[in-house]
Amino acid sequence: MMLTLLNAKTLAERFRSAFIVDERWLLYLNGLKNTLIIALLAVVIGILLGFLIAAVVYTKKKTGKLKILSFVCNIYVTIIRGTPVVLQLFIMYFIVLATMKNGILVGGITFGLNSAAYVSEIARAGLESIDEGQMEAGRSLGLSYSKTMLKIILPQALRNIIPALFNEFITLVKETSVAGYVGILELGKVPGLIQSRTFDYLFPLLIASVMYLVVVYLLTLVEKVIEKILAKSDRSAGNVKITGGRKKCKKKAQKSLS
Amino acid sequence: MQEKSTKEPLIKTVGLKKSFGELCVLDGVSVDIFEGEKVVVIGPSGSGKSTFLRCLNRLETPTDGAIYFEGNELTPTTDLEEYRKKMGMVFQHFNLFPHLTVLKNITLAAVEARLHEKKKKKLKISKRQIKAEEKARAMKLLTRIGLQDKADAYPSTLSGGQKQRIAIVRALAVGPKVMLFDEPTSALDPEMVGEVLSLMKELADEGMTMIVVTHEMRFAREVATRVLFMDAGKIVADGPPESIFGAPKDERLKSFLAKVL
Repeated sequence: MMLTLLNAKTLAERFRSAFIVDERWLLYLNGLKNTLIIALLAVVIGILLGFLIAAVVYTKKKTGKLKILSFVCNIYVTIIRGTPVVLQLFIMYFIVLATMKNGILVGGITFGLNSAAYVSEIARAGLESIDEGQMEAGRSLGLSYSKTMLKIILPQALRNIIPALFNEFITLVKETSVAGYVGILELGKVPGLIQSRTFDYLFPLLIASVMYLVVVYLLTLVEKVIEKILAKSDRSAGNVKITGGRKKCKKKAQKSLS
Repeated sequence: MQEKSTKEPLIKTVGLKKSFGELCVLDGVSVDIFEGEKVVVIGPSGSGKSTFLRCLNRLETPTDGAIYFEGNELTPTTDLEEYRKKMGMVFQHFNLFPHLTVLKNITLAAVEARLHEKKKKKLKISKRQIKAEEKARAMKLLTRIGLQDKADAYPSTLSGGQKQRIAIVRALAVGPKVMLFDEPTSALDPEMVGEVLSLMKELADEGMTMIVVTHEMRFAREVATRVLFMDAGKIVADGPPESIFGAPKDERLKSFLAKVL
């Protein structure tokens, strides 16, 4: 076994059959394309809905308004975070959006709705990390609540949560591989497809993994650039940055509050 | 003095009360403040000075009592945004917007206000023109306080005194009729207190109506036309600085002055 594994000639042969024969590389690219579409759609939905939920919950906490809406948001977050994303996908694919023909779209919507719950908690932590004096200063200058939120609170909150937000996006990109369960051809499903023809898992798994790795690495580069842009006003060391994963970020947010 | 009493007060409060739960912070404050007056509010900490100021521009909602501005009572239907534009507020901790340049800090609210007005009255002025005009105004204000070269700097690069002077200019940029100062020098290093006070003095000399909560007794003496002494949520003494500092009658005022002077 070791011998065959290390034999350069057979290795090259195995790579060839995993990637080149029958234009199999097209399969990977197609899978990658679908993965990116699902992830992109999910990120957009996740950000929009997530920040909306965060704004509602934050407003309820600060002003006591939007009680019912905030209650609904809390239930939403609880349900989404409390159930596995695979089941959510099944529910969407086979029941709620069963009439929708486009599996990629269903995937994007499902992962977007899922991500929104996590993004909302990250964003809420970000909003709550901003000093109350900022809202008061905005209001004292005659800006409305929503204008103050939009122009003063949100931009600062965004800067503080960039690391946590990108953490969520990175998780999301890889999580889309769950979509393979309902037959959507995404990158995570490709190795299985190829193995079923070549009876060899080694290179298909390696190639797909490297592709994920590259995408995630590019994402971290984007993160660095955004951080740099947003940091131009930041010379003070006292800013709270919320980093870490889904579990960690909540803890840190609580810490920054106390 | 005689002339003043015939005029309508700019701000009038009647029985203003504010409680946080069980805690009664303001316990019926009634006061008339006239245009051009420089009112300094003094008193021990926890006496309700800051809360009084914050109730005036409705950062806090009073539990009871009424506020009149230019003769009109503030009601739940009052446009608070319009109202607050007439009342500049300067905070103890500056509260500059750290993600915006100094210039943007100053122009943000004024530009928004004018864009709002443009929309409401369907004015034919371009957004760019509004921005340019407000920028020119802000630069004038900055030049006045000698910080024109800081226009493109971010607040985190400034000293405390510079920050507070910019916060004052930011409040002025909206064109207020009254300026409220909430302990504007309490968070400053001692050597920076002077520059902020002298800017405030300049404003006072120009005739701006001011209400200042401060512990700077010298400022109160030199600049104030009227001093309010608050204790336990009430105005205990009200008069010109000479009588408040020179011949205090109230026992609580006497013991307070003995501690701070």
